Parts: sequence; C-alpha cells; structure tokens
Amino acid sequence: MEWLQQLINGISLGSIYALIALGYTMVYGIIKLINFAHGDVFMVGSFIGFYSITVFGLGFFPALILSMASCALFGVIIERIAYKRLRNATRIAALITAIGVSLLIEYGVIYIRGAQPEAYPNIFSNKSFEFLGAQISIQSVLILSVSVVLMILLQFIVHKTKTGKAMRAVSHDVEAAKLMGINVDNTISATFAIGSALAGAAGVIFGVYYTKIDPLMGVIPGLKAFVAAVLGGIGIIPGAMVGGLVLGVVETIVSALGFSLWRDAAAFIILILILIFRPSGIFGKNTREKV
Amino acid sequence: MKKSKFASLFLASSLLVGMLAGCAAGEEGSSSKGSESSSANGGETIKIGANLELSGAVASYGTSEADAIDLAVEEINADGGIDGKKIELIKVDNKSDAAEATSAAIKLTSQDKVVAIIGAATSGASVAQVQIATDTKTPMISPSGTSTTVTVGDDGKVNPFTFRTAFIDPFQGTVAANFASNELKVKTAAVYADNASDYAKGLAASFIKDFEAAGGTIVAEESYVAKDTDFRSTLTRIKSSNPEFVFIPGYYEEVGLIVKQARELGINVPLMGADGWDSPTIVDLAGADALNNTFIITAYSADDPDGKAKAFAESFNKKYGKEPNSFNALGYDSVYLLKDAIERAGSTDGTKIKEAIEATDQLELVTGLYSVDENHHPIKSAVIIEFVDGKQVFNTKVNP
Repeated sequence: MEWLQQLINGISLGSIYALIALGYTMVYGIIKLINFAHGDVFMVGSFIGFYSITVFGLGFFPALILSMASCALFGVIIERIAYKRLRNATRIAALITAIGVSLLIEYGVIYIRGAQPEAYPNIFSNKSFEFLGAQISIQSVLILSVSVVLMILLQFIVHKTKTGKAMRAVSHDVEAAKLMGINVDNTISATFAIGSALAGAAGVIFGVYYTKIDPLMGVIPGLKAFVAAVLGGIGIIPGAMVGGLVLGVVETIVSALGFSLWRDAAAFIILILILIFRPSGIFGKNTREKV
Repeated sequence: MKKSKFASLFLASSLLVGMLAGCAAGEEGSSSKGSESSSANGGETIKIGANLELSGAVASYGTSEADAIDLAVEEINADGGIDGKKIELIKVDNKSDAAEATSAAIKLTSQDKVVAIIGAATSGASVAQVQIATDTKTPMISPSGTSTTVTVGDDGKVNPFTFRTAFIDPFQGTVAANFASNELKVKTAAVYADNASDYAKGLAASFIKDFEAAGGTIVAEESYVAKDTDFRSTLTRIKSSNPEFVFIPGYYEEVGLIVKQARELGINVPLMGADGWDSPTIVDLAGADALNNTFIITAYSADDPDGKAKAFAESFNKKYGKEPNSFNALGYDSVYLLKDAIERAGSTDGTKIKEAIEATDQLELVTGLYSVDENHHPIKSAVIIEFVDGKQVFNTKVNP
C-alpha cells in the first residue's frame, strides 16, 4: 500500500506544479515570453491568502477567491508596466525584464514585511482517513478537488467563451487576429489575468498544504513548473497539466526509492532530456519554425 | 590584518614580561611581609575573571551568564568562600568580538592576575582566548561554547587549559539513543537528518552508533536538504519500514513541517530531536496536536524537580525576578565547577587547578552530573523535554 500512498503524495505535489505551469504555458503560448515573475505571483498569492485568513479572518474559499482576484489584477499590472512596451523588442530583452520583475517582487516583499517565514493557520482539521491502507488527509482531498475544478474551469474558458476563442486566435497568429478585429492588448491582459489567478490559487493551496511560506518560496516551484510546462509542451494547456502531474509523481518516486537528495536533480535532468530528445514536449507537434 | 596580529603579539609578549616581573616582585613582597599569606598567590581573595559578551551582537548570552555568575559568587562568599578565601570577580566585556576577547584575556591574566577565567559564552570568542590561557597556564571554562574547537585544536590536540560546561553537539545524539533505548524501550528506530548541516549529521552519526551499541536496529536512514517543503514521499518510505521511534536532528523550520506531515501520514510513534527544535515557531508550523509525543534535548529546564536545580531556580528568581534559562544555569555551574576544582587542588596554581578539573568525576551541578573526558568534553546529564499540547514540559533527566 506504500505505492498508493506515494502516488497520492505525487499527485498532490504535481497538481500544485500543474496550476503554476498553466500560467507559464498560457503566457508563452500567446506572446512567446517565459514569464519568470510567475513564481513570484504565486508567492504573492500565498501571502494575500495568508493575510486574508489571519488578519481579515476569512475562510478558505473567500481567501482563495480574494487571492485569485488580486493576483489577476497584479498579473495585468505587471504585463502593462513591464512587458507591453517590449512586445516588439527581442525575446531576450523581454526575458531579462521578466527576471528583473521577478527579483523586484521578491525583494519588494522582503522590504515590506521582512524575510522571516510565516506559518499558515490550520484551516482544515489534521484528520485523515484510511483508503486501501493509504492515509489520505482531508486537506489533500480538498486541494486535489480545487485544482481539478480550476483546470476544468480553465478548459471551459479557453474552449467555450469568446475570450478563450480570442486567446486561441492570438496565440495562433497575432497579425491575422488583429485583422479579424480582435483586441490583442485586451486578450493578452486576459491571459495574464487568468494565468496569475491560477498562480494565486496555487499559492493559497501550497500554504494550506505545506504550511510554511516565505518571500523566496516561489523560486523553486516556479522553476519546477517551468520544467513541467516544457515537459508537456510549452504553449499547450493540457500539456502543462499532464507535465505537472508527471513531474510530481516522478519526484515522489525518486524519493520513494531512497534517493531523496536527488529529487531536485531529477526534475532538471528531465528538462535536459526533454530539450535534447523532444524539444516540443509530450504534446507538442514537430512544426517547422516560421521564418 | 598581519600588522595588527604582530602588534597584538608584541603587546601580549610585553605584557607577559611585565606580568612575570610583577609576580616576582609580589612574591618578594609577600615573603618580606611574613606569615599572613600561605598560598602561592598570597592574596586573601581568589581572583576569578569573567570574559563575557556583555555588549554587542550576542550580549544576551553574556549578560545571562554574568547574572548567574554574580549569583554563584555571592552565594559562595556568603558561605565562607573557597577554603576560607573570598572570591573576587573581575568582569570584562569582550563586546561579542573575538579580538576583544583576546585582549580581555590578556588583561585578566597579566594585569588582574586571575587564577582562572570563565568565558566566553560563544565558541568564537572562547577560541580566541585559548592561546593566552595555554601560555599563561590559566584554566578557562567556557560555559556555553559548543564547538569542538574550543577544547580541541585544529591539529587534533587537546588545549590543555581549556574546559567547557555545556555538552558538545554530537553528545545529544548519544543522549537521544540512551533515552530511546532505556526510557522509551524501543528496539527499532529511523533517522531522518538534514544533509546540509554538520550539526545534524554529527547528531545522526552518534545516535546511530550508540543506539546500535545498545542493541537497537536502525531500520531506515534518510536525509533531506534544508529549505525543502515536501517530505511526504520520504516519510512514507520511513513509515513502511515500521520504526518504533524516529530521530530527526535538524532545525525547527523544516522539522516543524516534517512533524506535521509525518502525523498526517499516520506516523504516530515518538519523534525526537535536539536543541535545533527549540523555538516557539515549531508549534506554529507543526501544530500543537502533531507535536504531542515528541521530545527534545536541552541542557537545562527551569521545571527540573531535582533539588539543586530547584534551589537554583528559586534563588535566581528571588534575585532577578525571572525564570533562569540554560545560559544562566551554565554560567552558574561554571563557577561551582571551578570552586570544586580549586578545593580539591588545595591551591590556586593554574596547573593544579587544571589537573583537578580533569579529574572531576560525577560532580553534582544544576545541569546534572558532570565529568570530563580526555578531550575536555563534558560527559553529563541532559534534560529531556516533551511537547504537550504545544507546551514544553520537563520529562526526565538522562544521566550519563
């Protein structure tokens, strides 16, 4: 039954990676920018959730929604201030800006509230129940269901709404979308808003599940989510979900086999192997570069 | 840097010369004065130096120890002193700085001519005095320096005149092994250590060695790296090996999460750590419920019901109006350790006191029974604290 338990551990970890990876992949899909500040939006979301629970005394769901809304706004502001004017600049310039924004957010938060970690309050009971010999905590069930609901919601937005249609059109061909009368600026903002809201949700979930949050908490999950996005095929939404889950399960298996010190290395070895053997990822099609 | 080193060496040697001259003069003086002095130093008081961090970054350690040293000296003097001679305490502030600690030690040995030095509170400032103590044959006792380098030099040789009151870090692994096999009576244990810290690795190694020596079996040996947040997969692995006890040397930031996740996964056996767990934050991180049935090791607890510890807590509370902490207890014990040695040596000669401290065997102190091993590391009692609903409660005292 150890393996069932490990699978549950892996899926819980993977669903957090998947939520963050979705934001990466959506932004990349639409403006071909790897938004390294995304991990820090995740961190900000976690802190907003923390303060709305401890200071304003909100419950889990109101805190989750408040955090998602604030992060959506935050994401749009970042895009408008930092990335919009670089839309026609070289991609490396935008990438460097993204790293700059990331550092600005991290150290801005440290400047405002200090670097000390914070412990998320226990909102759900620590109770767990046995299922086929594995211990499943109520928290992890809730977290899994929230992640699944958010992913389904995202699929619905992308495939069934007008905004989603516009997003897909812009990601396919910006110029043609413009000619068809799509407001590209608003669509890009919407993409940032949705991606950042998911990161905010991941932040709150992370806080509830792992308890400890600090201003630099976004760095490693951000990088791992980037690996997950590349693994699934960057720019492809189902790819990010699958990539996140696969990465979570692989990391868990590495630890389960007794190589816990190699866990982080395993994630980045996967990145290297994917880039060498299948650069377009699991779900990517081999398309020729547009010239 | 080099220049200042030479300068201080020059200063030290010139002071030494001055001291020798002073000694000679003093001896002449006392012999001419006649019979009133019998011992080598010839004074009516025994001068003891305290070289402590009274200001600077770690002033709270030094002042805590100074308070308790004052209390101990007062008690001894009220009780008639050592062999009928009163203690004269000379306190010097080393400003939490190693170079200042060296010059403070020079001042104490050459100007004040103390028979022994107590201090410093930190390992760094203690190491800075070792050379002076060795050169002037002045015994020094560091109350709370836990690094091995305080008593054992880089070349592996013991610093002959340097002692300490607190146990060194790896000793806590031994204590945990004794507690697990003798008090909890467990036969199998798992070890989950922070792989990024020498402190945790040292504790894990000594725990494994002593637990196996006591007839126990280590069923799982895992490690994590500081800053990790997800320990569930390794904990699941530990759980499947069914240990009766898990030893987790590490610091509270990760340990808090490990304890929480372990309990969620249904690891309900006793968990144990060392002084790295000792922070109020651990209760926030793990939750009071999850922390039940966990144990930590400390040098001293104010709740210790033992007679000596109780008496100390009461008289400290009377003088300062607060509960003593472990720095207080260690500072206090350092004075009594020295008193015992001077009495047994029957002299204030540095070498004789040093030999007497080396021969200390099961001396009863506030922090428990105290003996010295060949590396001048103490072999002594440790206090086991249990977390009960988020509160630290005295559980037992493990004697060596």
